[in-house]
Amino acid sequence: MTTAIKVENVSKTYTRDKMSVPVLNNVSIEIPEGEFVALMGPSGSGKTTLLNLIAGIDRPTGGRVSVQGEDIGTMNESSLAKWRSRNIGFIFQFYNLIPVLTAYENVELPLMLTPLSKAQRKQQVETSLAIVGLADRMKHTPNQLSGGQQQRVAIARAIATDPNIIVADEPTGDLDKKSALEIMTLLERLNKEFGKTIIMVTHDPSAAEHAHIVRHLDKGDLLPEGA
Amino acid sequence: MKIPFYYILRNFFARKLTASITIVGVALVVFVFAAVLMMAYGVEKALISTGSDENAIITRKGSNNEISSIIDLQTANELSTLKGIAKDAQGKVVVSYEVATVINLDKKSGGMSNVSVRGVSPQVFVLRPGVKLAQGTWFRSGSREIVVGKQTNARFQGAALGDKVKFGGDFWTIVGIMDANGSAFDSEMWVDVEQLRGAYKRDAYSSMTFKFTSKDDLETMKSKISGDPRLNQMEVEIERSFFEKQSEALAMFLRVLGLVVTIIFSVGAMIGAMITMYTSVANRTVEIGTLRALGFRRGAVLFAFLFESLMLSLVGGVSGLILASGLTFFSISTMNFSSFSELAFSFAMSPSIIITSLLFAILMGFVGGVLPSWRASRMKIVDSLRGA
Ligand SMILES: Nc1ncnc2c1ncn2[C@@H]1O[C@H](COP(=O)(O)OP(=O)(O)OP(=O)(O)O)[C@@H](O)[C@H]1O
Ligand SMILES: [Mg+2]
Repeated sequence: MTTAIKVENVSKTYTRDKMSVPVLNNVSIEIPEGEFVALMGPSGSGKTTLLNLIAGIDRPTGGRVSVQGEDIGTMNESSLAKWRSRNIGFIFQFYNLIPVLTAYENVELPLMLTPLSKAQRKQQVETSLAIVGLADRMKHTPNQLSGGQQQRVAIARAIATDPNIIVADEPTGDLDKKSALEIMTLLERLNKEFGKTIIMVTHDPSAAEHAHIVRHLDKGDLLPEGA
Repeated sequence: MKIPFYYILRNFFARKLTASITIVGVALVVFVFAAVLMMAYGVEKALISTGSDENAIITRKGSNNEISSIIDLQTANELSTLKGIAKDAQGKVVVSYEVATVINLDKKSGGMSNVSVRGVSPQVFVLRPGVKLAQGTWFRSGSREIVVGKQTNARFQGAALGDKVKFGGDFWTIVGIMDANGSAFDSEMWVDVEQLRGAYKRDAYSSMTFKFTSKDDLETMKSKISGDPRLNQMEVEIERSFFEKQSEALAMFLRVLGLVVTIIFSVGAMIGAMITMYTSVANRTVEIGTLRALGFRRGAVLFAFLFESLMLSLVGGVSGLILASGLTFFSISTMNFSSFSELAFSFAMSPSIIITSLLFAILMGFVGGVLPSWRASRMKIVDSLRGA
């Protein structure tokens, strides 16, 4: 099995008001392609930070992050932006849909960064929305949708460009049990059926059950597997 | 631009209240800005239309207005024999000998102001066919009668048909009202030049206006005048450019005054636009982070916000111009320093005023929007996503 993500001795320190706050200490983890990993741990332990480093929206203070064999630390900002648009699908706790855009337009947004034609984009959007079961809600804006539905639109947006890796930061954190289960079922399906590598941060043990591997962070340290 | 245009457009419409306030602010500034330019242009238009391209005016050298110009009778006689002055069917030269003076009258709006009184010769109607009688009759030569311009009639007390006006030691009766088609003559009073000269006991005219036969003849005449020691105190100029020059000082004064006022106002509008855009950025911090995470570049974010600001100001600019164009239905009056008398004119719009005003509006949007947009595009993605 090939390695999708390789995190080597990564540390991250935030500087706030001249004070250095160590957030990650020498974290190393390898995630094989097609895996479904859950990251757990207390609040402030560095889960989101680690996820952001893997997704290429933040840079480590030390160490190396390679994704699909590429050291993303060597890329400049604009190539990194392009790289994200092709390789990473983002799912956020509060969905982060654009309120003024319809479900269709939200899903189409990342496709605007590809050379696809309008017709090709349409096909991708419709396929993605069909996968999340919202083909009939294309014209709705986020405020006309329930939380669970909004998160499904966000998932459709995350898969619209067909990236290999999906990062999800507490995707069920804002949802009721029933919607949370729907979302987790959907993520599981993306992993099994479409072979997406998924890294998910969660506080919810029942959500973590859907992952194959569960890793724990504590005060910036990644605890050994099975701990 | 990768961020779709409808994204910018919808955000623009999503913030109705703050956007409208900004638009109103920009609109008011552009309104004032355009109004001032329209005023200056109106003055120019009124004075330029006063002079004709087919007439020339002779004044004393160095007197840049008619009031301070003096042409004695003998010189005037001499000048009227020069080649280059057109003749009418009866073989008479088409010349109006004129005397310009100023009297003081009460304004209907309160206070007093100066009115130009112009003594003219009978040939004036051939020279200035644009001046038409609107009411009453023309003054008869040899009598102390006045025809008033329609603006003088409208703005001054005792300037109605049948009223008597005292100047030059006598009473003059208003027998007619003339319509000079928006030119400065509308703000004057015309009388028989010989009567005016007599009343003031003057042995001289102020100026001579004549129809010239051709441009070439006019040039010949000019060199003849400057070569003749008896005439070389005099200066010939095309009538239109003579009045155009008179408009320059006043138009410039209005423009400078107006620009100072609008620049002060525009600071307020720019701060308004800036607050609106800062609010817009602050309210959409997470959204900006999301867009950036998805792969949109800083430049695209900068552009989207800047464009939104430019749209605000452009809508404001267009509204301000629409308001200002309503001013063309109004006429106002001001003191014209060149003639020391009141000049009435209408606000006038021109393509260049439209373009200048819109550019000014866009500039306000740019200045107001550039800092907030810059801030939006400079934020670190993780910070924006945290909503910091
Ligand atoms: N952009 C940042 N600037 C400064 N400090 C930050 C930043 N992001 C995170 N931190 C700090 O780093 C620490 C870890 O944050 P992180 O968001 O990774 O935790 P987390 O495990 O995701 O917590 P939670 O479960 O509450 O989301 C916290 O103390 C946080 O205050
Ligand atoms: Mg977190």
